[in-house]
Amino acid sequence: MYKYDAVDQKLVDERVSQYEGQLTRYLKKELSDEEFRPLRLQNGLYIQRHAPMLRVAIPYGLLSSRQLRKLSDIADKYDRGYGHFSTRQNIQFNWPKLEDTPKILKELASVEMHAIQTSGNCIRNITTDQFSGVTPDEIVDPRYVAEIIRQWSTFHPEFALLPRKFKIAVTGSNKDRAIVQAHDIGLEFFINKQNKMAIKVWVGGGLGRTPILGSVINEELPWEHILTYSEAILRVYNLYGRRDNMYKARIKILVKALGIDHFRELVEQEWKFIKDGPNTIDESELKRVASFFTDPPYKESSKHNLNDYVDNKAFKQWLDRCTHPHKNKAYRSVTLSLKATHQAPGDATSEQMRLVADLADQYSFSEIRVSHEQNLILADVQEDDLFGLWEQAKSKNLATPNIGLLTDIICCPGGDFCSLANAKSIPIAESIQEVFDDMDYLHDIGEIDLNISGCMNACGHHHVGHIGILGVDKDGSEWYQVTLGGNQGNFASIGKVIGPSFSAEEMPTVITKIIETYTTERHADESFIDCAVRIGLDPFKVNVYGVKGDKS
Amino acid sequence: MNSQLILDNAIVRDEWITVESPTITTEVRKQAGKVVMFKLTGEDTLSEEQIMATALPKNGKILLPAKVYLQHKDVLKERLKNKEIGIWIDTHEEIGSFISEINDINQFPLIGVRVGKFADGRIFSIGTQLRIKFQYKNDLRAFGDVLRDQLFFLKRTGFNSYLIREDRDPNDALLALKDFSSPYQGAADEPYPAWKKFDRNQRERD
Repeated sequence: MYKYDAVDQKLVDERVSQYEGQLTRYLKKELSDEEFRPLRLQNGLYIQRHAPMLRVAIPYGLLSSRQLRKLSDIADKYDRGYGHFSTRQNIQFNWPKLEDTPKILKELASVEMHAIQTSGNCIRNITTDQFSGVTPDEIVDPRYVAEIIRQWSTFHPEFALLPRKFKIAVTGSNKDRAIVQAHDIGLEFFINKQNKMAIKVWVGGGLGRTPILGSVINEELPWEHILTYSEAILRVYNLYGRRDNMYKARIKILVKALGIDHFRELVEQEWKFIKDGPNTIDESELKRVASFFTDPPYKESSKHNLNDYVDNKAFKQWLDRCTHPHKNKAYRSVTLSLKATHQAPGDATSEQMRLVADLADQYSFSEIRVSHEQNLILADVQEDDLFGLWEQAKSKNLATPNIGLLTDIICCPGGDFCSLANAKSIPIAESIQEVFDDMDYLHDIGEIDLNISGCMNACGHHHVGHIGILGVDKDGSEWYQVTLGGNQGNFASIGKVIGPSFSAEEMPTVITKIIETYTTERHADESFIDCAVRIGLDPFKVNVYGVKGDKS
Repeated sequence: MNSQLILDNAIVRDEWITVESPTITTEVRKQAGKVVMFKLTGEDTLSEEQIMATALPKNGKILLPAKVYLQHKDVLKERLKNKEIGIWIDTHEEIGSFISEINDINQFPLIGVRVGKFADGRIFSIGTQLRIKFQYKNDLRAFGDVLRDQLFFLKRTGFNSYLIREDRDPNDALLALKDFSSPYQGAADEPYPAWKKFDRNQRERD
């Protein structure tokens, strides 16, 4: 993985001093709340229901075991012994003290980490495929491109105070696991007919209050122009994006208002002046950064012992759900589930983090990845080691064989922590997980994405869940709206609302009825999403509401 | 020195008189203080009436609203030659919309950009455009809600002059120009990114 040189380290160290100064001025009342707000936000610091929340950047979801141990130490020392992995591959601490934040940042800087631009109206953490570099379907490794974009976007002076937040996602596989179409800029790297690396560029996608999938602004951008072209897009957005209404300030609203063709024209106009300029990437820089992401020293399999365990049903279930194909046949990628019942989705205790760090050292070249589905991944595990790894992971409840299944719920922190939320989301996830506790039944239901957001800001990506649940506020009480048919990946789509919303108590029954509809209607081997697309909303409505669209 | 103005790296006396157009109360301004997209709403900065009502100081160096300058450019020819005329715009004005009415942008010794609110980052793109797209070479000044924590970004986007808000200490603000010593990306002040300026291949691998 990428390692800091003097340039990177100095920047992060200088950031800590700058932030420390800003906080001191705020505490001495030289900065007003309003003035301090954009400054603290650009450093991932929110003021939440109980305490400040600090969001720490995990660039494109990649962590070393040393970094994960540091995060576990921070959780113990400054928080309450746990952290929350977010859908943007970052980690959040819910209980730090404001005065401690510079100390936390110093500790992070000592392991090449920071909280730069994890919030605020700026370019956020670059996200990508959690299986980059190891998945057999990969065409271009997106990690080094993501690193190049990370460096360019870090303290980009022109884009420090945008109309609204700005998210960039990168994929290098034709099976998109980074939901690039739901980002402000989505980049799909591919190899063109001339055998050169090129990029398909989407712009103006996003979830939130106004879910829109991105429009293609460039079908084939030569890779060396990625930074200058992005700069042109951002310049047009920065100048013309709305600033009068924060709900209409994302780039998607501008792209919609102007139309993609007009928007493209404005971008081309700006690009002319910077194209081939000094920020154009060249082969040497690409090579330098790519050299950090070479393959680890893979070993030949010696034992081929997986067949020894075929009779172990629990292990087999885990093998099916939690391990994934690897480009090296002797290896698998392993997802450690953070979706055990009675643990908030995406939460990990400091003990769990330490165990994962140990497992990474023992089995996976000391690296860990965070997925946007809020699980942890060991990308390079030799098949011979899987059984041993499984047994150790089980000891800290990290081996629930539910990856991709109904209880692998994507969920934001919701009303328990977040001051933006309309409704709680964690207890909803928990009540559903409690009802669906039979592993055999879960495996029979098969692959299904259930995503929960506590408000329309959509941190839980509810729009692209096969089943989406959105917390809404009705006269001060908490209700839940259900959508069906959302999807991520190459066939991304936005789910449709099935009807009037439900109370928290009704939710497990509603989900049960939706699942029963599917198991009744499905053809052999038909997944939930395929079935839902085929039969449409009506059969689900009839089952859930009694009659079409009416609440029973 | 009792001045709020920073030029390059020092606090200096302001030699310029900044001219603002009078607010004319009869004009109905949609929701005052609202920053709206110029092109979509068609909202302009100054009405004809305001431009005509703007008094021009007879002597000295004057920094004029761009629209006011354009209105009077014929009578200001001599003073322009004497380097006594600068122009300024608000962040919702587009340079592109009147650039064709200006022969040579470098005939102005000073261009100003007024930022109404700290959070209005359009000023950074305007600075960048002035330096890179319009090749402006002379002094570029930010004024309005200009505070310490914008300064490093303003410097990087081509500004070299900053009029710090009245209630803040410009000595304190000066420190911000040194916030970061080797930024990653090329920008208006330093076009080359870190990877072109430093040898970044010298590292220990483990």
